[in-house]
Amino acid sequence: MAAITIYINEQKIAADTSQTILEVCKANSIPMLTLCHLKGLHDIGACRLCLVEIEGVNRLLSACTTYATDQMSIKTATEKIQRYQRITVELFFAERNHVCAVCVANGNCELQDAGYAVGLDAIRYPYLYPKCDVDTSHDWFVMDHNRCIMCTRCVRVCTEVEGAGNWGVMNRGHQVRIISDFNTPWGESTTCTDCGKCMHACPTGAIWPKAMAQGQLDKFPEMIGELVEKRKLLTAGG
Amino acid sequence: MKRTHGLPYTPMPATDPRVKQLDTRMKKEGYRPDALIEILHAAQNAWGYLPMPVLQHISLRLRIPPARVFSTVTFYHFFSLKSQGEHTCLICTGTACYVKGAQQLLEAVEQTFGVQVGEVSADNKLGVQAARCIGACGLAPAVVLDEEVQAKIDAAGLVAKIKEKLEAI
Repeated sequence: MAAITIYINEQKIAADTSQTILEVCKANSIPMLTLCHLKGLHDIGACRLCLVEIEGVNRLLSACTTYATDQMSIKTATEKIQRYQRITVELFFAERNHVCAVCVANGNCELQDAGYAVGLDAIRYPYLYPKCDVDTSHDWFVMDHNRCIMCTRCVRVCTEVEGAGNWGVMNRGHQVRIISDFNTPWGESTTCTDCGKCMHACPTGAIWPKAMAQGQLDKFPEMIGELVEKRKLLTAGG
Repeated sequence: MKRTHGLPYTPMPATDPRVKQLDTRMKKEGYRPDALIEILHAAQNAWGYLPMPVLQHISLRLRIPPARVFSTVTFYHFFSLKSQGEHTCLICTGTACYVKGAQQLLEAVEQTFGVQVGEVSADNKLGVQAARCIGACGLAPAVVLDEEVQAKIDAAGLVAKIKEKLEAI
């Protein structure tokens, strides 16, 4: 907790040691591409889209998990960063079976927005076409693993905000999957409270309410951050 | 919402000595959630693998969400959700052992006992696994048979050893 001065894209900015580079950028309207970050949840640096170049560091670091230090000189939009971001977004699309044309989140999808932001016109990598399940066992929601990008926002919102811990991650490498309880159907979960926060937190169309047609899904991920702020206010001896 | 639970919880039989052993271990750790890995180790030692009811039991006792227990179990290769067989045969396929004929050992075991690598025989007697390197390159080709290292073994010798083990009971 100390006031410091940092330089982002040669612009002098007042910051604090308790802030991450991403928080400083958001506070100063410096655009930053993110997917796994969601206000209110702790950052894990999983999506590798918020990469920044820091003077004196010979590799790219994720802005969401790097704290600001005094006299730090940061670049957020170099040619190298943009190249890496595009590669990352392409790999997201190649990893699972993303088909915008039939997706409920079409037009309201953070992965799609990221694709537009990096100027994605073709994917240079072979698609993996993994066999993914669609879990429709829950009465109200659907979990479609084909559209999941493993940002784990649903896992974090369920453990940190709702406190239920229904979601988890199983296996490792390209076999990772989001699971409910013991990899059992969501509708048979003993921990799920049916609150629907995971649906709002999901950046793509992986979790969506039933009875929804293509492109109809409207989510409010900002709601999570507001909820966390309100809880702090309402439980602080008020 | 009314639910039909996928895995109905039936309490572990308290008379089972393995359950007693596991419960004692959890009590000793003070039911700390961060002792999960040690407790899973103890459970795998007792059962030979991690059956679902055991995971449910641990999850309830330590008050860890089921999903987190399952995440931990599937993340580490050491933990197994399937029975490993009464006898285990771990064949090292690291560089040194490979050069010294680990492939022939694998083929001999697969053909003689009809068990593929990573699988268990139909009668649950023998489980065959392959490891990248067990760090015993001086003993190549090395095989770990029921936690006992067999050094510089050939196909005929290994088959004989396994037959000995299987006939012992």
